[in-house]
Amino acid sequence: MKAIEFENVSFCYEESGAFSIRNLNFSVEQGEFVAVLGHNGSGKSTLARLSNGLLEPDEGTVSVFSRRITSKNLYEVRKDVGVVFQNPDNQTVATIVEDDVAFGAENIGLAREEIGRRIDFALRAVGMEAYRTATVARLSGGQKQRVAIAGVLALSPRVLILDESTAMLDPRGRREIVDVVTRLNKEKGITVLLITHFMEEALLADRAIVMNRGDIVMQGTPREIFARKEDLLTYNLSLPRISVICEKLRAGGMKIQDTLDVETLAKEIAACVS
Amino acid sequence: MRIVAEHLSYTYNEKSPFETAALHDVTLTIEEGEFFGIIGHTGSGKSTFVQHLNGLIRLPASLKHAKKHKAKKGQPLPPAPVLKVGEFDLSDKKTDFRALRRHVGMVFQYPEYQLFAETVRDDVAFGLKNFSEKKLTEEEIDSAVCAALEVVGLDFDELKEQSPFELSGGQKRRVAIAGVIVSRPEILILDEPAAGLDPLGKKEILELLHRLHREWCKTVVIVSHDMDEISENCTRAAVFSEGSVKYVLPPKELFRRTEELTALGLDVPLTAKLCAALRARGIDVDCDFTTEDFADKVLAYAASHPKKEGDA
Repeated sequence: MKAIEFENVSFCYEESGAFSIRNLNFSVEQGEFVAVLGHNGSGKSTLARLSNGLLEPDEGTVSVFSRRITSKNLYEVRKDVGVVFQNPDNQTVATIVEDDVAFGAENIGLAREEIGRRIDFALRAVGMEAYRTATVARLSGGQKQRVAIAGVLALSPRVLILDESTAMLDPRGRREIVDVVTRLNKEKGITVLLITHFMEEALLADRAIVMNRGDIVMQGTPREIFARKEDLLTYNLSLPRISVICEKLRAGGMKIQDTLDVETLAKEIAACVS
Repeated sequence: MRIVAEHLSYTYNEKSPFETAALHDVTLTIEEGEFFGIIGHTGSGKSTFVQHLNGLIRLPASLKHAKKHKAKKGQPLPPAPVLKVGEFDLSDKKTDFRALRRHVGMVFQYPEYQLFAETVRDDVAFGLKNFSEKKLTEEEIDSAVCAALEVVGLDFDELKEQSPFELSGGQKRRVAIAGVIVSRPEILILDEPAAGLDPLGKKEILELLHRLHREWCKTVVIVSHDMDEISENCTRAAVFSEGSVKYVLPPKELFRRTEELTALGLDVPLTAKLCAALRARGIDVDCDFTTEDFADKVLAYAASHPKKEGDA
């Protein structure tokens, strides 16, 4: 079953302006973990916003679980597809953690007991149950972002989209989010679309796509993508640092296989020397 | 201008239920001409420290209501904090803080959120006009703004009348940096200058900082979470943890302490991880932890320890 499907979708922000998304065909299978890479302005965020009806395509159709998004089923679609954005401070609506998590669930008119259960579930899923009555403003960035994810989970979505949700976090916060998302994907079967600038995060995905000028220009497993170095550079993406080192060593005459893992590279180097 | 801090301590919301100690007895010297890095977790006191450097946070002694400490009986007085930036003594309330801020430029995290004026020219000119001792003519302002935009890699004639809000993320950040360097500070402090940018944007910002360091500001101080950024760029780095300075060392020496840094919950650069993994296999690579030098040293090692025929 396709969780999200784009058919010949085009979108531009201003009338007669440049297309942000051009004639895009793309789909995500249910339960899949997809990383979306691309430089600033390549159309990644537009893709995220089209996926839950925050933006309406100028041409083509976007379907979520085989339902075409229309103005009639918009709210239903948004229960299925939750988005977490970049800045944790822009996504907080209440002062207390549990109120913030409850906000979405209250809006769709769930019963009080059900909301309580959903808060329990969502906070446990992101490992924040100890902070249920804490003040959101006093949490760290990574914790705030986990609360934001919990707020989306309280709607029990089937698809979770993270639009550079780790960009403003420190390494520890980033790891927290990536761990939570990977677990939700593996254990709860939630479909994940992870938009990121961090090449290391993309390695966790089943499939990676690279966007450039509103179009998908590369697609494959993360390893396949990172093996196509010249292509990545033409799309203004950088190689993971470890690939740069492999490249340099090979240029210096060492027989090194491409790898993205520290231990493997150390083994490779050790095999080349006495 | 040299930055000297001794016995610096700071507590937020003192004598309230939210009291939190941010700095504890910090002693640190940053020499003129350095490209200095400050590392540490969120909440380690890095930002509190850098905010002291241009008087955004003042030492208690420099404020009007400061009272002299009275020694309790039998207890020695804690050592008095010292904070000097060049000839400015920041513990003295008579210090001209405005003049200090002209010399110490501060670029906050996500500086593009602080753009406010209608045109790029006005935005960049704002700090210049405020810091200038005499009234500047329009021509003087134009030429200063033009020079600042040029050094950050933007074209004055093309952008001067544009709204800063219409620019791309990377351009906005450059405009914001131009607005700080336009008054020619000797020391430039940047909190997470590359955060949130795409890989290419990151690379461009770091190149810009090196250009500024060469041509424009004598000393550059960056706060960063990215250890690779520190190892590739800085002359020395200070590690903050729980409000104290744990190490002040050049990256070459700092990142040899992989275990100590990991114990503090900090990351190390990829090159340091590789060195550790190689050391575990009996291969000692003595590099300065830049990608370039690591590759060179590994190749040199391979050349001096060639694999013999028949080796398994």
